[in-house]
Amino acid sequence: MSKNKPILMQGNEACARGALAAGCRFFAGYPITPSSEIAEVLSEELPKIGGRFIQMEDEIASIAAVIGASLTGCKSMTATSGPGLSLKAENIGYASIAEVPCVIVDVQRVGPSTGGPTAPSQGDVMQARWGTHGDHPIIALAPNSVKETFEVTIKAFNLSEQFRVPVILLLDEVIGHMRERVVLPDIDSIQIIDRKKATVPPEEYLPYKPDKDGVPEMASYGDGYRFHVTGLTHDETGFPNTGSENTDYLIRRLHEKIEKNLDKIIMVDEYFMDDAEIALFAYGSPSRSSLSAVRKAREEGIKVGLIRPVTIWPFPAEVVRKAARKVKKIIVPEMNLGQLIGEVEKHVKSDAEVIGLNRVDGELITPQEVMEKIKEVL
Amino acid sequence: MQELLDKYFRKDKLPHIWCPGCGHGIVLGAVVRAIDKVNLDPDKTTVVSGIGCSSRAPGYMKFDTLHTTHGRALAFATGVKHAKPELNVLVLTGDGDAAAIGGNHLIHAARRNIDITAVLFNNNIYGMTGGQYSPLTPTGKVATTAPYGNIDQAFDICNLAIAAGATYVARGTVYNVTQLIGLISKGIQNKGFSLIEVITQCPTVYGRRNKMGTTIDMMKWQKENTVNVKAAKKMSKEQLKGKILVGELYSDTRPEYTEQYTKIVERLQKEGQ
Repeated sequence: MSKNKPILMQGNEACARGALAAGCRFFAGYPITPSSEIAEVLSEELPKIGGRFIQMEDEIASIAAVIGASLTGCKSMTATSGPGLSLKAENIGYASIAEVPCVIVDVQRVGPSTGGPTAPSQGDVMQARWGTHGDHPIIALAPNSVKETFEVTIKAFNLSEQFRVPVILLLDEVIGHMRERVVLPDIDSIQIIDRKKATVPPEEYLPYKPDKDGVPEMASYGDGYRFHVTGLTHDETGFPNTGSENTDYLIRRLHEKIEKNLDKIIMVDEYFMDDAEIALFAYGSPSRSSLSAVRKAREEGIKVGLIRPVTIWPFPAEVVRKAARKVKKIIVPEMNLGQLIGEVEKHVKSDAEVIGLNRVDGELITPQEVMEKIKEVL
Repeated sequence: MQELLDKYFRKDKLPHIWCPGCGHGIVLGAVVRAIDKVNLDPDKTTVVSGIGCSSRAPGYMKFDTLHTTHGRALAFATGVKHAKPELNVLVLTGDGDAAAIGGNHLIHAARRNIDITAVLFNNNIYGMTGGQYSPLTPTGKVATTAPYGNIDQAFDICNLAIAAGATYVARGTVYNVTQLIGLISKGIQNKGFSLIEVITQCPTVYGRRNKMGTTIDMMKWQKENTVNVKAAKKMSKEQLKGKILVGELYSDTRPEYTEQYTKIVERLQKEGQ
C-alpha cells in the first residue's frame, strides 16, 4: 500500500506529475485547450528541480525543441490537442526515424479543425498512428482515469526510452480536465527506465547499430561522441544512405524493434471475459462507461465482458483474435465515428460480429447507452 | 589547412555534394576557421541545420551534428541549447530554410536572444529543389517558379533580425573570406543570438538562368556591389543606391535567454533548501 495520502487531482496535473516522476526534465509547448494545464504545472515545477521549461513560438517548434533537448540526454515532453498534433506530425516522423525518445501528449477535443476545444473525443486515434508520413513505428497509450494518467505517463517515458521511439499519450478532454480522488504510488515503487547510454569509446561508436533487442545505444550531445543525426535514411554510422537495400533494412528494423517486444509494450485489461458471449472493446473514457455497463449486465445475468486496452498502438491484435474465437459479438464504443473498430474488424475477420457504438457530439458515451446496445445485440 | 581538415572535418565524407562553383564550401571553410579562431571545444559544440544545400554542411563537420527538418533548425537548436546551456550551438541554414519556412523560428530566436550563432547561406534561390525563388531572391530575377521574373519583394534579413532583437548581426560575402571569418568569430563570441548572412553564389540554378556569367563573374559582382558599413557612412545616398552593406551591422548586449532561466533555477533551488 502507498504511504501517500489521498488527494484531489486533475488529469492534466496527473500527467505533469507523472512526467516529473518519470524523470522528465525538459518541456517545450504551445498554449492549447484542453492541454494547457500540463504546461502550466511543468513551468512551475521543472525549474525547482533543475529542469527546463520553454514556451515556444508554435507547435512545430515545440516538438523540434523537445527532440533537440532529448539528444542532449534529457527526458523530454510536449503536450497539445488535435490541431497541434497535426502541426507536430512531420517532426514526430523525424523522432521516429532518428530514434529520439520523446513523449507527446494529445488531450483530444472534438474535431476536425478547431472543432470543440473543450469537448472530449477520440478522433485522433488514427492520426496518432498515421499522422506523420511514411511507414513508421509509434506507440500510443490511452489511460482512463486520473490515477492511471499518472502511471501511464511514466510508462510512456519508459517505453520511449527503452525503444527510442516517440510515444503518444492520448488523453481526452474528460480525462484531462476531470478531478478525482487519487492515491499516488510511492516514488520508490515506481519502475523507471532510462535509455541505454553508449558503452563504447567514441571512435568505436556506431549510433545506429542495434543491440540484440533491435535498439541502438544512445550517446548524448556534449559527451564527446561527435555523432551525426539526420532525418534522411541512414546506415549504422548515422550518415545518409538512400540505397534501396539500406532503406529497406532501416525501415524494417524500426518496426521490428517494436514488433519483437510487444509483450513489453502491450497493456490490456480484461474483465469478465472467461465466459463472455458478448465482448466490449473500449479504451479511454468510454471504457469506464463500458465497465459500469458490464457490471450492471452481469447482475442481470447477461454474459458480457470487457477488453480494455491501455496500449492502442501497436494494436493488441492477439487479444482481439483470441476473444473473437470465444464470443459471438464485439461492441466497440468510441467517441468518434469508428476509428479503432476498423482495426478490431481486421483481426476478428469472420469469427465474430463487430458492432460500433459511436458519439461525435462532444459528449461522453453513458453506461446506459452501452447497456442499451448490449441488449439490442443480444 | 591539413591541420584544420584533420581537426574539424569528417574527411571520409568528402568530397562534398555541392555543384562546381558553389560558394557553400567557402562558407563552411570560414565557419570552421572561425570556430578554430575562437577556440571552441569540439566536444562541446553542436552544429544544427535544416534542409537545403546549406544544410548539408554539418555532415562534413566533426562535431555533434543535427540535420533536421525544413526550416526547423533554430527550433531544434533552441532545445539543445536550453537543455544543455554549456554547449556552443551553431546553426547553418539557407535563405529558403531560414527566411521562408523557418521565418517564425528566426524572429523568435532573435527575440529571446538565445545564445545561438546562425550562419545564413544566402544564394538567393532554392538550389536543392532546382531553382525556385526564395524570400531573398531579388525582384525581377528569373527562377523556375518565376519564369516571367520575380514580382516578390525580398527581405533584408539582417534588418529583420535586428528588429526582432538579435544582439549581433553581420553580413559578409564568400568573396571576402578574411572579413567573413572575423564576422562569424564575433558572432560566436557574442553571448546571445547572432545572425551572419553570407552572400554566396549559385552559378548552377541561379546565375545561369539570370545570365550572371561564370562563378568568377558572380564573385566579382559581390565585390562590386557591396560596401563596407564603415565606408558607407561617408557615402551619399546616390553613391549607395543598389549597394549591399557588409560588415558588422549591429551589436548590442542584452540578457541571454538560458542564463536568465538558469538564474530562476538557482533561485528556486536556493529557496527550496
